[in-house]
Amino acid sequence: MSANAVKPDEIHVDRSRMQVSETDVAVEINDMHKWYGEFHVLRDINLKVMRGERIVICGPSGSGKSTLIRCINRLEEHQKGQIVVDGIELTNDLKKIDEVRREVGMVFQHFNLFPHLTILENCTLAPIWVRKMPKKEAEERAMHFLTRVKIPEQAQKYPGQLSGGQQQRVAIARSLCMNPRIMLFDEPTSALDPEMIKEVLDTMVGLAEEGMTMLCVTHEMGFARQVANRVIFMDQGQIVEQNEPDPFFDNPQHERTKEFLSQILH
Amino acid sequence: MIDRTNVTAPPENVGPATAFVRGKMLAEQAAPSVSRGPVGWMREHLFPSVPQTILTLVCIYVLYLIVPPIANFMVFDAVWSGTDRTACATEAQGGVQPNGWFGACWAYVGAYMNQFIYGRYPDEEQWRVNIVWLMFFGGLIPLLMPSLPFKRENIAFMVLAFPVITLILLTGGNFDVIGTYLPLAILTVLALAVAYGFARGSQSDPMPGLKATAVIFASLFVIVAVLGIDFGLERVRTDVWGGLLVTMVIAVTGIAASLPIGIALALGRRSDMPIVRFICIVFIEFWRGVPLITVLFMSSVMLPLFLPEGVTFDKLLRALIGVALFSSAYMAEVVRGGLQALPKGQYEGAMALGLNWGQMMRMIILPQALKLVIPGIVNTFIGLFKDTTLVLIIGLFDFLGIIRSSTSDATWATPVQSITGLIFASIIYFIFCFGMSRYSMYMEQRLDTSHRS
Repeated sequence: MSANAVKPDEIHVDRSRMQVSETDVAVEINDMHKWYGEFHVLRDINLKVMRGERIVICGPSGSGKSTLIRCINRLEEHQKGQIVVDGIELTNDLKKIDEVRREVGMVFQHFNLFPHLTILENCTLAPIWVRKMPKKEAEERAMHFLTRVKIPEQAQKYPGQLSGGQQQRVAIARSLCMNPRIMLFDEPTSALDPEMIKEVLDTMVGLAEEGMTMLCVTHEMGFARQVANRVIFMDQGQIVEQNEPDPFFDNPQHERTKEFLSQILH
Repeated sequence: MIDRTNVTAPPENVGPATAFVRGKMLAEQAAPSVSRGPVGWMREHLFPSVPQTILTLVCIYVLYLIVPPIANFMVFDAVWSGTDRTACATEAQGGVQPNGWFGACWAYVGAYMNQFIYGRYPDEEQWRVNIVWLMFFGGLIPLLMPSLPFKRENIAFMVLAFPVITLILLTGGNFDVIGTYLPLAILTVLALAVAYGFARGSQSDPMPGLKATAVIFASLFVIVAVLGIDFGLERVRTDVWGGLLVTMVIAVTGIAASLPIGIALALGRRSDMPIVRFICIVFIEFWRGVPLITVLFMSSVMLPLFLPEGVTFDKLLRALIGVALFSSAYMAEVVRGGLQALPKGQYEGAMALGLNWGQMMRMIILPQALKLVIPGIVNTFIGLFKDTTLVLIIGLFDFLGIIRSSTSDATWATPVQSITGLIFASIIYFIFCFGMSRYSMYMEQRLDTSHRS
């Protein structure tokens, strides 16, 4: 089963620095609803993410998990309820939306790199134009993160010249260049060949080990078990079950969770 | 899985049920001579099969029928010098050529060359037009060559200085601008207020917007003031302009105006704001729905009827505005095609990084969208360049118009006169259009970073 291509024991995690804050709230969602036209896509979402938490959201396709994390940086608008990110409430105020997007990095299923810019330019664009960073500093920063995702030698190439796994690592580096406090991952490995999934997961594990607050929509259950401190299962636009990974996988409570896990793990 | 280590030699025969492992790798060999060189190329492309061979032979025969007569007419039988019609007429027609002679009369084109280029622009003032040619090609060619430096200065010259200098040189400048200062001042105040209000509305710092607006209007004031200066140039009315000059003025203005207006309209048509979208749709559909000839007719025949007595607009100016608006509507739809072809992920990637709308459009969306539609944009440019010939119907003598009108001159009246004129017109139009086409192909290849195979 490709959704579980990387076995849990292949992921090595150093949990020593994964501290979850007791008081510092990164994301708070209260009674949030969203509709696409008449379709009620998210229903009564309540979620509180503390700083340093690694949350994995899973669920069948169409369950609203991608929509949920896209609401957190306002790529999707919610119609009812409250979303507070890093102390900023998301409303129609464009200025606040920009503020939130500066603090929240996002990695997409299809990478969404800019094909007309080099890897380096992809990484320096937002720091230069959004953070007003001097070009030289932005480039040094970009090279630092490209080195961290292990592809500094590709800096002058274009995205089209890289493999899928490399592109996704560039996308992660691009987000990190903005120095985000929260990272959102929207099925980051779903469009990758099996042998490339591990290199991307390793990069994500590295981030988690540094204490980054992460919300990941993924089907990589090995990653969820090893890295997440909380797993959320969604179905039909609702949070059906959430728990720490071990009890979640070993002893799911809700019928839908059991059914989903039995399909995805075997 | 086959154990490779045990295999020493390949088996004699490889059947479907036999396991096979290659024991010895083959070295690279040269291709056979029949598939290499000119012979190989001809075998592959001209004579690969019997039907293809027949087609090739038919094509060669058709070329044999067409090319020699054309070459004879245009080059070998053509008349290159002469003073009047006798040089290009047969003895039966009262000239010096033998009866049955049929060739191009380039002598007539040479005699009229000055008119073809300048129209009836006064001879002693033509140096002004020559300076404009020099500035145009001298500014454009380095701009089109990506390897040359000073692009920023080059663009600034072509966008700011060139139009103003050209306007003054061609018309003579010394415009009556006193009446425009007050409306411009009112407009400045309004624009500043709008910029300030907009900044307050979005709760951002108003200073950058106000500064930009102030700079724009300050430069407008400078331009207006410069246009009002008397440089001592003689006034040349636009009704004596003609030939290639008019064609180029209309085409270049149309091209330069249609791209930015078209981009703005395309963005407006995809806007979330219903009023902006509505205005853009109405504008685009109106100009696309009306033939250019109608636009030109209306501007020259009907517009004066609606204007108050004594107010006149220059005929050329009206044609310029008509052509520019007409082609921007086409351009808008071409650009919109590019915008729609971009995956939604590009917008989301840019937004998620915190880029605002303007930055996203300028740095992410438009560069890619415009690159995608280079063929469509150049298509519109070429169409516009050729459509300039339509201004003939409102009494402007563009390049084709002046060639047509020159054929009524009795000095050179021969049966080959108008054929020669039309061939000359075709050659010049072709050079410009083919040049644009080749340049666009070069640009497409240069900008291609997709690395698709």
